[in-house]
Amino acid sequence: MTDWIEACAADDVDEEDVIRFDHEGRTFAIYRSPDDEYFATDGLCTHEKVHLADGLVMDDIIECPKHNGRFNYKTGAAKGAPVCVNLKTYPVKVEAGMVMIQLS
Amino acid sequence: MGDHGAVIVGAGECGARAAFALREEGYAGPITLLGAERHLPYERPPLSKDGMSADAPGIKTIAEASRYESAAIRLMLSTEVASIDRARKSLNLGDGTTLPYETLLLATGARPRLLSLADTSRHCLYLRTHDDAGLIAARLGSGPRVIIIGGGFIGLELAASARGRGCDVTVLEALPRLLARAVPEGIAAVLADAHLRNGVDIRFGATIAAIEDKDSGVEVRLGDGSVLQADLCIIGIGAIPNVELAERAGLATDNGICVDETLRTNDPAIFAAGDCCSFPLSIYGGRRVRLEAWRNAQEQGTLAAGNMLGRHAAHASVPWFWSDQYDLTIQIAGLADEGRTTIRRNMGEDAFILFHLADDGRLVAASGIGRGNAVARDIRLAEMLIARSARPVADKLADAEIKLKSLLAA
Repeated sequence: MTDWIEACAADDVDEEDVIRFDHEGRTFAIYRSPDDEYFATDGLCTHEKVHLADGLVMDDIIECPKHNGRFNYKTGAAKGAPVCVNLKTYPVKVEAGMVMIQLS
Repeated sequence: MGDHGAVIVGAGECGARAAFALREEGYAGPITLLGAERHLPYERPPLSKDGMSADAPGIKTIAEASRYESAAIRLMLSTEVASIDRARKSLNLGDGTTLPYETLLLATGARPRLLSLADTSRHCLYLRTHDDAGLIAARLGSGPRVIIIGGGFIGLELAASARGRGCDVTVLEALPRLLARAVPEGIAAVLADAHLRNGVDIRFGATIAAIEDKDSGVEVRLGDGSVLQADLCIIGIGAIPNVELAERAGLATDNGICVDETLRTNDPAIFAAGDCCSFPLSIYGGRRVRLEAWRNAQEQGTLAAGNMLGRHAAHASVPWFWSDQYDLTIQIAGLADEGRTTIRRNMGEDAFILFHLADDGRLVAASGIGRGNAVARDIRLAEMLIARSARPVADKLADAEIKLKSLLAA
């Protein structure tokens, strides 16, 4: 499976911000970085399954709204307590003003 | 640091984080983490929340046993510390053995304040540990009548959890409103309303005159003469810092083990962090506080670890805590009592934030309530504004159309 899925319009996401995208029972977080690139990760924090899209994006970090667990949303790397499990990331491309993510 | 290494007394959030932080900071010597409980260090916040949703609560460990092994952290559980011999730099343990240290961290936490009227009752319980939670959760299963003494966070979270289990719940609060110590009135009122809508009977201004076990449960007599019967009574009337070990060793205490801004006690080899310590809060001009909060325990554990290795870093965080009750979450950054003026920002769907400003216009605290994580992002941004001693324009704080992030850039 290497399907590209349409997640949202490119301008649905503000710069240095994140939105939630649900697809077939799964939930994802779609990010737009301060340098105007798009990224996608699993939507739930690996600590307590909280929606990361309610969290704060600062540079390349997403911070969980519940307990401030931090991840680099470009790589999925967990950045310290209380999170210790990395976040899964997905390939992203922008075509015709739409953000597409590749689920595998 | 010499061969005796780092010893940490107290294996809660603070102690466990400190142990890992010592390794993450590059320390290669021995690390010993001493815990009084028999369990691997675990997260306490769920105990009053999800932990009450079934008869036998699960345990959310901070790290698996293998992580302590791979970090070469010696974990000594079910271990009591009898005294500190500061002259010898060594601990006397409950089993008669001694344990030397080069540097020591006291992360002894706090314990529930006891209600002496309840001393002989078999039906009055307190919540601090996983084992306490197990006892309470098992008894909620029979759908009993529950009296909760104390309308603080523990009491209210337990009230919501007990309603979720179908219990009949009465909350007895001594003051005229809930959460008087830590939460502004506007938010406490929303919480009180949520409890009433969910069927909790809250009695304000309630004083306890007597508690007596009966054949069928427990009877609580109030100061106004009324008598309440229940199967179970849970007491949540605050916590007392565990300072006795420090006191007996001659360390200074003042509502907690006194530390400086680097979390060092008056003995340069001994640090204290988390619920047990009182420390100067730099963002409020060095006001001495003691915080009973998960994030503070974590941050101070990490900070103390670095300072045990000679970093001399000062604590500069903004206090932050949260509570979950029903579908509502409150989050508070800063200490609201530092403020003189309050600005309200409505966030839709009953969510709102109160910003607390000092006389000189500094943002000193922000308190929010809403469903799920409706206020989380803005409380986090407010925390950053507070840390910078920002003086945001009141109209902008009140206007939900203006992103708080834009004020941060200003």
